Amino acid sequence: MSGGSALARNPAESARLASDVRLSVEQVSYAYSANPAQAPLFTVEATSFQAKPGEIVAILGPNASGKSTLLKLISGALAPLSGRILLNGFVIHTLTPRTRAQRIAVVQQESTLLFPARAWEFVLQGRHAHGRSLRFESEDDVLIAKNALAQVGAADLSDRWMDQISGGEKQRVILARALAQQPLLLLLDEPTLHLDIAAQIGLLDALRRLAAENRYTVVVVTHELNLAAGYADQVVLMQRGRCLRVGPPANIYQRELLEQVFQTPLSVELGSSGRPRVTVLSGT
Amino acid sequence: MRPLTLRRLLLQCSILVVILFLVVVIALKFGAVPVSLYALGRDLLRVVFGQSSQISSDYGLIVVNIRLPRILLGIIVGASLSVAGTSFQALLRNPLADPYVLGVSMGASLGSILALIAEPHLTISPLFASLLTPLGAFLGAAATITAVYFLGRREGQIDSATLLLGGVIISSFLSAIIMFLMNTLSGNLRGLSFWLMGDLSTPLQKSAYWFLGIGFLLATGAIYTTAADLNMLLAGEKEAIHLGVDVPRVRLVVYIAASLLTGLAVSVSGAIGYVGLIVPHAMRFIFGSDHRTLLPTAALGGAIALVFADTLARTVVAPTEVSVGAVTALVGAPLFIYLLRRRLP
Repeated sequence: MSGGSALARNPAESARLASDVRLSVEQVSYAYSANPAQAPLFTVEATSFQAKPGEIVAILGPNASGKSTLLKLISGALAPLSGRILLNGFVIHTLTPRTRAQRIAVVQQESTLLFPARAWEFVLQGRHAHGRSLRFESEDDVLIAKNALAQVGAADLSDRWMDQISGGEKQRVILARALAQQPLLLLLDEPTLHLDIAAQIGLLDALRRLAAENRYTVVVVTHELNLAAGYADQVVLMQRGRCLRVGPPANIYQRELLEQVFQTPLSVELGSSGRPRVTVLSGT
Repeated sequence: MRPLTLRRLLLQCSILVVILFLVVVIALKFGAVPVSLYALGRDLLRVVFGQSSQISSDYGLIVVNIRLPRILLGIIVGASLSVAGTSFQALLRNPLADPYVLGVSMGASLGSILALIAEPHLTISPLFASLLTPLGAFLGAAATITAVYFLGRREGQIDSATLLLGGVIISSFLSAIIMFLMNTLSGNLRGLSFWLMGDLSTPLQKSAYWFLGIGFLLATGAIYTTAADLNMLLAGEKEAIHLGVDVPRVRLVVYIAASLLTGLAVSVSGAIGYVGLIVPHAMRFIFGSDHRTLLPTAALGGAIALVFADTLARTVVAPTEVSVGAVTALVGAPLFIYLLRRRLP
């Protein structure tokens, strides 16, 4: 198994890996303000949760619930207004972009390239943070990139152009690039947004398998109730910037609560796997 | 998977070096006065062995004292503009960015002219006085790219169309100021067509070539240290940050170095357009969009293109000549329109 010590980047970090918590979000809040004269427009209010290696956390909520902002805070792209976010004991937003990229991989919604590149070139970019800026890619880097493509079932896409493959294929190549970063923490922002059902399930199955195999901590932002219910170990339920509940899907998925958050009548039943299933009832 | 190796990079560059050599030979041979290849080789060898004084024929003097310096200038200016264009395209995420289209060249022209106007009124040492024009050009270029950058920014993102329109408008505004200055002031300012279109016919002192060459190598070297970062930036700044790129540092280094390249080129050759647009696209088409390859090949390609264009400018209507900027614009403007139709949504 590629346990804690193999993933540690230095002795101090490997000592911290002994404790079981990898990601720790502690009373984090954030406020946007369009200009200094106005009151802050939108906030993430004191949110806390913790995640272990191999765990999948879903940040769930309707549009404008602050879930993408929370992901940006976890990625270190934004600094929290108060509270802190720790990855193996290090405060994330104080790390340099390079150090962050060695530990955190982010899969974003849209990724258009200015000039065409082949899939393998794209995946090799994941190795950037691990080498010096001008270094040419080593055989190790190539091996890791090939392996990453194979892990998401995209080995045959290697020589294709990024602008000539389907949305689902593209999403897998983007995921492969994230894997090539060999991260501790894998963040995904609405990864299934433009995918058809088969591609969605393929991607999520791959994600669950990868999280278990490589001991990634995965945080997924989504607004899809059944996706979170079916794949997450923990759900962070958000509404208008407030974190309402944190816990396993079975504890969170209560009809009244979800109806109130998503503003639509729905029914919740427990599936055979012990995971809840939600049916949205059309407004009759 | 075929990752870039140093060997392949050197091979690609050496092919371009051979082509550059051939173009230089052509440029030396053709002109208002034809020179035989034999005489050309003999006289060049004499220059190489430091025996320039033995060159007696008028033809030889034309080649060594007029054509060779002009070709050297073309090499440095072409390479500078091309590297600057490559950098602006990556950094601004705009395939149509080029020092001329963005108005940066015109800013450098105005900076040079202001420096030339100010120079006689300042009591400074001759060494510093000779640096004043390139300094003015650099400041003009840097100020213009800063202005265009902020004009093109909307809600924190760079908007392609706004950026280009901003560049075009600033460019026309600056050229109006240049015309105004040229028409009201006279003196040692060279011609209007030099500053607005550019040409390579003005001879320089020997030390100026060294100054240009070293400036080019330093600025291009600085940009090359960010080559891998520029590759990540093709997918956008947000993505680049998550891949470990220190975006503010890269932006600062590349803007300053690219402004320096544009300023150096414009201070000695005026605003030659479209080299920074055509050449990077051609090189990207041939060698791919990896900036570790693209930057050196664009430099060599820019040198080839400008020396070739200048040879055309000297010969097509010999014994008079046209501005080399007119030649590059004749090729570049249609290409710009083609790219505009194809790239912008």
